[in-house]
Amino acid sequence: MTRFITSSFSHLILLIGILIMVVPVWMIFASSTHTSSMINMNGLQMFLGDSFYENYLRVLLYQGGFFKEITALKMFFNSFIMATGVAILSVVTSLMAAYALVYYRIKYATLLFWIIFITILVPLELRIFPTYSVMAELNLVNSYFGLIVPISASAIATLFFRQFYKTVPDELLESAKLDGANTWRFFVDFLIPLSKTMIVAMLIFMFVFGYNQYLWPLLVTTSEQYWTVVMGLKMMSGSIVHRFAFVMMSMVPPILIIIVLQKYFIKGVFQDK
Amino acid sequence: MSFLDLKNVTKIYPNGTKAVHETSLSVDEGEFMVFVGPSGCGKSTLLRMVAGLEDITEGDINLDGKLINEVDPSERDVAMVFQNYALYPHMNVYNNLAYGLKNRGIDKETIEQKVNDAAKLLQISDYLQRKPSMLSGGQRQRVAMGRAIVRNPKIFLFDEPLSNLDAKLRIQMRLEIKKLQQKVGVTSIFVTHDQVEAMTLADRLAVINNGIIEQLGTPIEIYDNPKSLFVAGFIGSPQMNFLDGNIKNKTLSAESFEIKDIDSDFEGEVKLGIRPEHLSQSENSLINLKVDLVEQLGSDNLVYGQLKDKKDFCYRCPGNLTIEKGADLSLNIENNKYYIFDKSTGKRVN
Ligand SMILES: Nc1ncnc2c1ncn2[C@@H]1O[C@H](COP(=O)(O)OP(=O)(O)O)[C@@H](O)[C@H]1O
Ligand SMILES: [Mg+2]
Repeated sequence: MTRFITSSFSHLILLIGILIMVVPVWMIFASSTHTSSMINMNGLQMFLGDSFYENYLRVLLYQGGFFKEITALKMFFNSFIMATGVAILSVVTSLMAAYALVYYRIKYATLLFWIIFITILVPLELRIFPTYSVMAELNLVNSYFGLIVPISASAIATLFFRQFYKTVPDELLESAKLDGANTWRFFVDFLIPLSKTMIVAMLIFMFVFGYNQYLWPLLVTTSEQYWTVVMGLKMMSGSIVHRFAFVMMSMVPPILIIIVLQKYFIKGVFQDK
Repeated sequence: MSFLDLKNVTKIYPNGTKAVHETSLSVDEGEFMVFVGPSGCGKSTLLRMVAGLEDITEGDINLDGKLINEVDPSERDVAMVFQNYALYPHMNVYNNLAYGLKNRGIDKETIEQKVNDAAKLLQISDYLQRKPSMLSGGQRQRVAMGRAIVRNPKIFLFDEPLSNLDAKLRIQMRLEIKKLQQKVGVTSIFVTHDQVEAMTLADRLAVINNGIIEQLGTPIEIYDNPKSLFVAGFIGSPQMNFLDGNIKNKTLSAESFEIKDIDSDFEGEVKLGIRPEHLSQSENSLINLKVDLVEQLGSDNLVYGQLKDKKDFCYRCPGNLTIEKGADLSLNIENNKYYIFDKSTGKRVN
């Protein structure tokens, strides 16, 4: 009986927590399906209206920005390119960096790793002007390349992969060597399949990281053609229901990727030995 | 030159540990060689140098007429079974066996045939689709063996492959390894710290101590004729009894007895070694044993007790003799089977 009470109590607390987080989002969604005059007169709505298609279609296809050159659809496309690029590039580079750090006889490999790790203390915001001037000199302002590359070296992912590689028993490498595997084959046939779940987790992680970038894309793009969704959130003008609709849509990609891959995400971060 | 030839091989690890000292050794084609010695004596190091997993600090290793000091392990055509098996956890049994063949660019049908043959030989055909984590210890052991066999390498290397198994399985796998090696006929080196394993498996065995081969020979040679105190103590179970003694004018005096006309010109402090199984009860005895404890193994009794000067001593007698705790036994050494070692150097002197 007491168990029932304590467990109901903790469930109650969890439910309240969920409500606090979900209700505002629901209100935005509900309001985004009404007409703007309705919202202007009656305030935020708790129940769905009937302007869903109208509002969302208009937002997707409306030519926005100062020069009316970009639609929300294009922003989603840009964000997708950027997030995917960051995810893939950072996972590939950290996989290879970790491989080199753990398996090659590099002098001071540990020191080198900590130097890489310390870069976590130097976020992009701190080094944004030097980074910008490098990109400007390389003529990479207003390009996907310029959006992606400067934020695609991840010390965190390198840390994860390095720690994982260190737990792979030496006998596995030795056995593979005797079976005729060279360094490259060991990487491809052993380390990558063994860290599969962790790779997926890192891909999700870095996708969301890339998707959420605001300051860097703002700085490195002057052409509206390269605006991303998160930039668009700030730049959006127009009626309140359209802005709400855009906010709702901007949440979809990260949520979608987490729902689809959450199985791997949880396994990769918490269960990989 | 033999099939495998080690000449003055030395290993010094980067931290300065000298694990193997100027060791020379030949292994003939098809021979089953066992390295036996206490933990830390350098057996694994020696084996790993043959495999190419450790650099050779000094000396030469020749395999099949070719100097392999600088040859990469992947090019040596040797196969190794590790203590923890080192199976590939993400591959099923089939791919575990096939991986080495794939890397050698062998075509698919041949691989399939070889894997199936090896699996049949080792009775693992039913598990080919399973991952290693779904196998028992004995089955993993077989897969590890299969991975070595399937490649038909020049030489098999085993590094204490049985020590993770329980006692019963260990004895069973020991037999199977021996049978398998005789059937396949591949030159093998087997490392173990278990002298029973060593004795039963070896065509020849090398007793290693502190990075040096103390003695090399067939199991019976080494048992019958140990060349040093260490070998005498290490090989044989229960252990050989050792008594302090002294030799003067071909007469050895030890404990409370003397042995005259010994076959040695040595004079001075010695250790007298007597195996428990080389004793028998008789009237005109040398040794008086006061019995503390009797272990009845069925076929044999192991009688533990003390001599006059409280020295522990063991006597092995047939299981049909009843011996009571507290009894006084008069023992004699059968057929003069005793061993005398120089106390300072440990060298055999008779
Ligand atoms: N990688 C290493 N670095 C330094 N010393 C080592 C290393 N591997 C083994 N040793 C040392 O070399 C000696 C022999 O080791 P090993 O060959 O593993 O012994 P065994 O297999 O007979 O137990 C031991 O003293 C051990 O501590
Ligand atoms: Mg060892």
